Amino acid sequence: MRREGSPWTGLGAVFLKEFADHLSSARMRVLECLMVLVGAGAVYAVILDIKTVNLSDRFLFLRLFMLGHDPAPSLIQLVTILVPVIAALLGFDAINSEFNRRTMSRLLSQPVYRDAVLLGKFLAGFATLAVSLTVLWLVVIGLGLLVLGVPPSTEEVARMLATLAVTLAYAGVWLAVSLLFSVIFRAGATAALCALGLWFALSFLWSMVVGFIVDLLAPSDVARVLGVQTIEQVQFQMNLSRVSPAVLYSEIVQALLEPSTRTLGLGFLFPAARIGAVPNAPLPFLQSLLIAWPQITGLLAAVIALFAISYVIFQRQEIRA
Amino acid sequence: MTEPVIEARGLVKRYGALTAVDGIDLSIARGEIFGLLGPNGAGKTTVILMLLGLTETTAGTVRVVGLDPTREPLAVKRRVGYLPDAVGFYDNLTARENLRYTAKLAGVPRHEVEARIGGALGRVHLTEVADRRVATFSRGMRQRLGLAEIWLKRVEIAVLDEPTSGLDPQATVELLDMIRSLKAGGVAVLLSSHLLERVQSVCDRVALFNRGRIALIGTVGELATQVFGGDTIIQVEAPGERTAGALERVAGVRRVTAEAPGRYRLWCASDVRPAVAAALVEQRIPLLRLDLLQISLDEIYARYFEERRDAA
Repeated sequence: MRREGSPWTGLGAVFLKEFADHLSSARMRVLECLMVLVGAGAVYAVILDIKTVNLSDRFLFLRLFMLGHDPAPSLIQLVTILVPVIAALLGFDAINSEFNRRTMSRLLSQPVYRDAVLLGKFLAGFATLAVSLTVLWLVVIGLGLLVLGVPPSTEEVARMLATLAVTLAYAGVWLAVSLLFSVIFRAGATAALCALGLWFALSFLWSMVVGFIVDLLAPSDVARVLGVQTIEQVQFQMNLSRVSPAVLYSEIVQALLEPSTRTLGLGFLFPAARIGAVPNAPLPFLQSLLIAWPQITGLLAAVIALFAISYVIFQRQEIRA
Repeated sequence: MTEPVIEARGLVKRYGALTAVDGIDLSIARGEIFGLLGPNGAGKTTVILMLLGLTETTAGTVRVVGLDPTREPLAVKRRVGYLPDAVGFYDNLTARENLRYTAKLAGVPRHEVEARIGGALGRVHLTEVADRRVATFSRGMRQRLGLAEIWLKRVEIAVLDEPTSGLDPQATVELLDMIRSLKAGGVAVLLSSHLLERVQSVCDRVALFNRGRIALIGTVGELATQVFGGDTIIQVEAPGERTAGALERVAGVRRVTAEAPGRYRLWCASDVRPAVAAALVEQRIPLLRLDLLQISLDEIYARYFEERRDAA
């Protein structure tokens, strides 16, 4: 049975209302403070170290993102941990709060499809994240300009912008996760806990678990005797660990912000891959992007898949409380 | 009666093994106030949701303003206003902001929005609190804001689910007045309720729901005839052991039922109050009260479910 009318009717209205709610909420104030603090902290930590870095480095600005002053983590490490938490906090009550405030039936009795409601809420959360992360990037670049006293090259700007886009995709994954839980669970606390639990499991526990899984599913006698992993096992373990968005993200960032990265797999093991390569020579931007392309596709696919699952569940939900 | 704005034929809704609505036929005309009555869980809200296309029908057909709500939900929802049971608003927004959001979703032309919001708020007497956050609103104010939303959309059909539940008597009277003015504006009103006495005063026709079916449908008078079989009912209060016997002997009395010790109900072919009074005085039984029962919806409702219980 076909339904009449555009699924996007009312999308703009839902998006603007939710975006305005986000921007005027107390969460946003916290988020703004957090972004400025993180940016300033990261730049400060790098400055302590940057004098020791070779000043003729062609990619000085990228170091702002990748370097940390022990024990302070680098900016990218901070972002890897913080962004999922922020995304979860923006999305965990998107749908269930409409039920809890008893506004859902009123909202859906207006001439809009559920498509518009779900997508509008997702895009509003995404726009909020985009604003926050752009602010963070600008803070870092601005402070970097002040401290380093040299402008970034075109190549550096391109790499920083690409990293921002990828960070947004990474944030989108976790926003979609929390949106999914907000569709499944009526209690906001449960949804938030599940989103954070999944984030914790994938970001911290998963890397420990994959070792066991590899031993279990792909046992190798050679490996057991020698006490090392075979190439097949390493490959398998790598692929398994890429289930975690954090791993995908860090690989992409590695390729984008370390221009000398030549491969994200096991290529470095094979001498043939090194023939003709100048050690530590940087790749052009587009080549770096190409290296990370499978991972970028993976992140985007995860966003779409998670959103699709939320969509199907939301469409089938009975709206009476 | 003009052409029907809502027509349902053989409407069925099953949730797994549970049948919430079991074959309902309804037809509601333009400018009519129609009441859905029945105990909680009788399927009233489910019927409303199916009429609005907010839940899928298991079987049967629905036509709202000539359209199928599951196929053309946007066109239907543009012309139907819905006030859910215990309606909620965005507490962090003001009344005016809440309505503005609805107006945008409903596709009200931009240059008309503010004027329409002002008019709607005026109709439900909320103009003074229009810029206060809804969090501070009482239940009655929220219900009225819900009605304002319906005004704002300029709908042809208003569907109100339990609009008066949880309201104090004065708020109820005010709300019912507003519902009447919807009708005066040519809007067909479908409302569900279990506050029968109130509903009686506004509804043109009612349908009495029982376990997912319509048990009775028609005007209050028609329902009374169906349930009470056209009898005139006289209430008598006269304590004493001989009362029942004396009442039964009065000519024209078909049946006597005891309501409480000393209180009886007489089911008569006609108004035989003089004969009843004479008979009791003759027997020297003290007569404390004697009057005709005004058959209200409450009575019909109670009587109907009493009969069901007896039959079961």
